[in-house]
Amino acid sequence: MATQGPIPEIVDPMIDPRTGEYAVIAPGHTFKSVTQKIAGIVLTANTPWAWVGGLFLAATIATGVVIAVTWLVLKGVGIWGITIPGAWGFAIINFVWWIGIGHAGTLISAILLLFKQTWRNSINRFAEAMTIFAVVCAGMFPLLHIGRPWLGYWLLPYPNSMNVWPQFRSPLAWDVFAVSTYATISVVFWYIGMIPDLGTLRDRATMPLAKYVYGMLSLGWRGSTRHWIRYESASLLLAGLSTPLVLSVHTTISFDFAVAAMAGWHTTIFPPYFVAGAVYSGFAMVLTLAIPIRKFYHLEDLVTLRHLDNMAKVMLATGSIVAYGYGMEVFMSWYSASHWEFFMMWNRMFGPMGWAYWILILTNIAIPLTTLWSRKLRVNVAYLFVLSFIVNIGMWFERFVIVVTTLYRDYLPSSWGTYRATKWDYMLFIGTWGLFTMLFLLFARLAPMIPMSEIRMMLPQTKIRPGGADAEVVVQEAL
Amino acid sequence: MPPREGIYGLLAEFNTPSELVHATEMAHREGYRRMECYTPYPVEEAAEALRFHKTRVPLMCLLGGLAGLTTGFLLETWINVWGYPLNLRAMPLFSWPAFVIPEYEMTILFAGLSTAFGMIAQNGLPQLYHPLFNAPNFASGATSDKFFLCLESHDPRFDRAQTRQFLEQFSPVSVVEVDH
Repeated sequence: MATQGPIPEIVDPMIDPRTGEYAVIAPGHTFKSVTQKIAGIVLTANTPWAWVGGLFLAATIATGVVIAVTWLVLKGVGIWGITIPGAWGFAIINFVWWIGIGHAGTLISAILLLFKQTWRNSINRFAEAMTIFAVVCAGMFPLLHIGRPWLGYWLLPYPNSMNVWPQFRSPLAWDVFAVSTYATISVVFWYIGMIPDLGTLRDRATMPLAKYVYGMLSLGWRGSTRHWIRYESASLLLAGLSTPLVLSVHTTISFDFAVAAMAGWHTTIFPPYFVAGAVYSGFAMVLTLAIPIRKFYHLEDLVTLRHLDNMAKVMLATGSIVAYGYGMEVFMSWYSASHWEFFMMWNRMFGPMGWAYWILILTNIAIPLTTLWSRKLRVNVAYLFVLSFIVNIGMWFERFVIVVTTLYRDYLPSSWGTYRATKWDYMLFIGTWGLFTMLFLLFARLAPMIPMSEIRMMLPQTKIRPGGADAEVVVQEAL
Repeated sequence: MPPREGIYGLLAEFNTPSELVHATEMAHREGYRRMECYTPYPVEEAAEALRFHKTRVPLMCLLGGLAGLTTGFLLETWINVWGYPLNLRAMPLFSWPAFVIPEYEMTILFAGLSTAFGMIAQNGLPQLYHPLFNAPNFASGATSDKFFLCLESHDPRFDRAQTRQFLEQFSPVSVVEVDH
């Protein structure tokens, strides 16, 4: 991804003089310094107080999940704001929102790997972790929404004494397969990617417990070349499998809507527009996480402005696809000449919940898509941090608008209602933020959040000189 | 099982991948075959020098994918046509287009799992003990910043003194004997 525009005049060591781009890794790093820097975050004996405080706060918020789920199990889904006609409320909105956030992690780890975008290496591991934790939060909602979550296994095809089987002509059954496959493959890809780094941690750990745990998790990895070749082959194959997977997951989720004969849902643009929206919100979430982490752990050398700039560009691209999707929805509701579609769009914009639509347009389109064109703003860390929240609020409202405005005023005016979330809806939703943050903080402390082996591959010292030049020559040449 | 008597092999440590690749290439020309490189990141040139090109990981992936596709298709067809036929909105029982998505997901699931576990199995992992961990300088370097070449003792050309001499001509940081 080449950055266009005038080369800044100030001599910044982070800017490559040949291209005028920000470097992917700050100059001067060696195999050893990279290893020390990343492994040091995990293996240090001093846990930062800010981390402990953050974990405590996140865990406190996450207790909202425990309380809300306990009450839900005792009383049933009636404690939520769902009703007829608005039978899908926060649970489906939050499900789609969370799983969409996860998609950027897979995009970074799989699609950008296939496209040989090596800048992705530094952000790939924590983006994958973000995917998994987002899927954990997402998966909870449909499971609770079925009303009797303890019978959730009925969704799976297994021989049972009731002699009942799932019905594969329904998108809701497709969802079960899509989301469970996505969760499994994401965990496998993440773990496989971590094995060599866990080996590094095993070899550098001094605490016996850490040595033991990382030793077990690394499976005895020893960096053998034959292992590496099979490992690389498996990584590429998993990337090749994850790429269609990530596209299919949000496509399947959009089918939950698009297959239903409801105004505002029954459109063919839903799959691409959902996938683009997912990536859009996911990159926003990667920025939300990456910006404080690089500051807190002083990782500006490895997660550079180049990464932030590139991520902002991906957001600009996917945000534009989303904007096109909104435009097409409006156009088609007029062009279809369908009374119901036309009313749905009018109701969406100017009905009692029209405010949600305009928040969505403001936060998803108006603010990001006007400002992200500026390189100055794309490398302005504070601005990007604020923007990442704005976009995620916008993407949440997108799902709110899609779910609620279609349902609460359907074909029959006598059955019109409204939708109002209850305190339990809010408690569960806010609780998942705490859960997500808590899991992420634990991950940042206990696992290597930047893939060391992949960063080593990007260093100039990796260049092979025929005849076996020694270290000084290679480093001199690289400089 | 490799022979238990004697040593496992001789381990040469290098500072750069270039030196490692050079030494490996020369060892191969010298006729050594039982040898392995250990690096902190994948060095493809080292695999070339070892003449290791083909892996069976892609085959695992293909077989897993085909198994997943077949399983998904047969499962859905049997369930919706014979196991539990339901007449819904007059849709045909054998609605193969509707079966595509679960089939597709099962294909990816099986292929992904067989790729990952196939790779681990072909690498002989988990293997928590390996003689190389006995080498004093191996653990601190192989997963961090050093490059190792190990000539193993069950190679017919292996001879403690001569092999050590052979390795030392590439001016490694050290050459150490690895115990079983």
